[in-house]
Amino acid sequence: MSNVLLQLKNVSVRFDDDQILKSINLDICDKEFVTLLGPSGCGKTTTLRIIGGFVEPDSGEVLFDGKNLLDVPSHKRAVNTIFQKYALFPHLNVYENVAFGLRVKKTPEDVVKKTVKEMLSMVNLKGFERRNISTLSGGQQQRVAIARALAVNPRVLLLDEPLGALDLKLRKDMQVELKNIQKRMGITFIYVTHDQEEALSMSDTVVVMNQGVIQQVGSPEDIYNEPVNAFVADFIGESNILDGVMLEDYKASFSGHVFDCLDKGFDKNEAVDIVVRPEDVDVVEPEKGMLCGTVSSVTFKGVHFEIIVDINGFKWMIQTTDYSPVGANIGLYIEPDAIHVMKKSEYSGAYGDYSSFSDEIDKLSELNDGES
Amino acid sequence: MKNNNSAKTQSEKKRSLSGILLSSPYLVWSVIFIVAPLFFVVYYAFTDRNGNFTFDNISKLGDYTGIFIHSIWIGLISTVICLVIAYPMAYIMARSGARRQKTLMMLVMLPMWMNLLIRTYSWMTLLQDTGIINNLISAIGLPRIHMIDTSFAVVVGMVYNFFPYMILPIYSVMSKIDNNLVEAAQDLGCNKLNVFRKVLFPLSLPGVVSGITMVFVPSVSTFYIAGKLGGPSNLLIGDVVETQFKASNNYNLGSAISLVLMVLILICMAVMNKFADDDTNMIV
Ligand SMILES: Nc1ncnc2c1ncn2[C@@H]1O[C@H](COP(=O)(O)OP(=O)(O)OP(=O)(O)O)[C@@H](O)[C@H]1O
Ligand SMILES: [Mg+2]
Repeated sequence: MSNVLLQLKNVSVRFDDDQILKSINLDICDKEFVTLLGPSGCGKTTTLRIIGGFVEPDSGEVLFDGKNLLDVPSHKRAVNTIFQKYALFPHLNVYENVAFGLRVKKTPEDVVKKTVKEMLSMVNLKGFERRNISTLSGGQQQRVAIARALAVNPRVLLLDEPLGALDLKLRKDMQVELKNIQKRMGITFIYVTHDQEEALSMSDTVVVMNQGVIQQVGSPEDIYNEPVNAFVADFIGESNILDGVMLEDYKASFSGHVFDCLDKGFDKNEAVDIVVRPEDVDVVEPEKGMLCGTVSSVTFKGVHFEIIVDINGFKWMIQTTDYSPVGANIGLYIEPDAIHVMKKSEYSGAYGDYSSFSDEIDKLSELNDGES
Repeated sequence: MKNNNSAKTQSEKKRSLSGILLSSPYLVWSVIFIVAPLFFVVYYAFTDRNGNFTFDNISKLGDYTGIFIHSIWIGLISTVICLVIAYPMAYIMARSGARRQKTLMMLVMLPMWMNLLIRTYSWMTLLQDTGIINNLISAIGLPRIHMIDTSFAVVVGMVYNFFPYMILPIYSVMSKIDNNLVEAAQDLGCNKLNVFRKVLFPLSLPGVVSGITMVFVPSVSTFYIAGKLGGPSNLLIGDVVETQFKASNNYNLGSAISLVLMVLILICMAVMNKFADDDTNMIV
C-alpha cells in the first residue's frame, strides 16, 4: 500500500467569491480506503467532484498514476462515483442500470450478462433484475448504485456519503458490506462522510477537513489518539480540551496540577492545548486524585456512565463504569499516556468545556445527522 | 371481528360520500360540457332530420375519404415540422441559465396572447400574392411566389399556431431532468452524444408524446386556418364539419363526420402511444 495512485497538489477552488478549497495536498495509495471527514460545507463533495471530473480547480494539479488527470474528460477517467443521491436512471430497470457502463463500452452481451449477474449477487440483489428503480427501497437503490459503478471495473471508486439516507441498522450492515467489497475487488475507495464513527471504523486513512483546509491526515488511531489541533480533537470523539503549559519535556501543567506525560519537543514553558479523552480518566477517592471536583450530572449510557465533573469551574466529561451520585466529591487520576499535548492553533479556545452540554442537545444533533 | 368489519364499511361509506360531494362540481361540469355534447354527437350521427334511426349519415362519409386523408396528412406534416423545430429549441432552453430560460419562454408564449383569428389573418397578409413577403421578394428583383391558397400556407399556419403546444411539454419534461443523471452517465463513460442518446432523449420522450398529441389533434381537426390560408381546394375535414353545421344546416352529417374524426384521431393516438411505449421498452 505504498505506491501512490492519486495526487492532489496545491488544489484550490473558488466559487464566486468564496474560497472553497485552499491549497489541498493529498496523496492516495492504490487499494487504500481513504475517508474525507469534516463538517457540512467544508468541501468534501467538491474535492470528490474534482477527482471525478465535474469541477475544474482554479489552480493546482491532479495526478493519476503520475499523469495529469485534469485534461482527461470525466467519461474517460478510470474513476467512478456513487452520488450523494444515487442518481439511478429512472427509465431503466435494475439490470439495465447495472449494465449501463458496459453497454456504453460496447461490451459483448454475454460478458454484460455475466458481469451484471456477478455484481448483483455481490450486493445481495439477486432476483431484482427486472425491478423498476422506483419500487426499490433506499438501501436497495444504494446497492444498485454500487453495483452500477463497480460493473465498469474502476481503479478508484468515489463515494459521497453513500449511507447518509439509511437508518442506523442498515448503515452498519452496509459499512461492513462496503468494506468487504473494497477488500475483495482490491480497488481504491475515497469515501466522504461527516459521521466520525463511520470514518474511524472503515478507513485505512482519515482526512479531516474544515473550511476547505486539510487539518490532519492519518490512520484512525493516529487521528483519535494524536489529534494535531483542538478542531480535530473536538470533531473526533469526545474530548476535554484544556489550556496548559509545557514546563519541560514530559512535564505538563494544567488545571493547577503538574502531570507526567509522554510528549516532548516543545519550548520551555510553551503554552499548549491539552486533550484528555473522557474514557482515559480514572475516578478515585478524592484524596488519591490528582484533581478533585464535584459531580454535576450523571447519565447512564449502557456500557458506562457519563459524568460531568466541575473542577475549578471547568466541566470535565468522564466516562466510567463506576457510579458516582450528583454532588459527590471525587478524585481524578490521569495516566501519562492519557494526556495528549498539542501546539496552539487558530482553533485554541474555540471549544470550551462541557458546561452547556446536555443529552438533549446531543440527541437533537444526532437526529439532524440522521436526516441530512 | 364482525363489529370491526361493519365499522370499517361504515367509515368507508362516509368517506366515499364526502368524496362524491367534493367532486360534484367537477362531475356536473363534465356532464354538461363533455358527456352531453358527446351524447348529442352520437345521437345526431345515427338519426335523420326527423329523428329516426339511420346509417345513412355514416354511409355518406365515403364521399369525404379524400378530405379525411388530406387532413390527416396535413396534420402529420405540421406535427413533424413542429417537433423538428421544437425539440432542439426545448433542449437549448432547458440547458441555458435561468434568466435566458425566462426570456426564451416569453418569446415562445408571445403569439399565444393574440387571438387565433388575428394570427391567421396576419399570415394572410404576409403570404398573399401581393403580400408583404412577395413585395419583399420582388423588391430584390426575384419573381413572386404563389403561396396563399396552397397546402404550404396551411402548414405554415398550423405550425405557427400550434408550435407552443409542442415546445412547452417537451421543455417542461426536459428542464426537470436531474443533472445528477447527466453526470452519472458521463461518469459511466458517456460522451456528450451518448449522454443524449442514452439518458436525455429517453427521459424526454413523455414530453414528446404529449407534444405530438397536443399538436396533431388540433391540426387534424381545426377549421378556419385551412379555410383562410388554403383556399377552397385545400379544405380540411374541420372546415367540412363547420359547413355542414352552419351553411348546410345538416347537423346529422356534421355529427357523423365529427364522430368518425374522433375515432380516427383516437386510433392514431393509440398507435403512437404504442410506438412510444415500444420505443422506451426497446431502450430499456
Ligand atoms: N456550484 C457551486 N456554486 C457555488 N458554491 C458552491 C457550489 N458547489 C459547492 N459550493 C459551496 O462550496 C462549499 C463546499 O461545498 P461541498 O458540497 O463541497 O461541501 P460538503 O463538505 O460536501 O458538505 P456536505 O457534508 O453538506 O455535503 C459550500 O459552502 C457550498 O455552498
Ligand atoms: Mg457533500
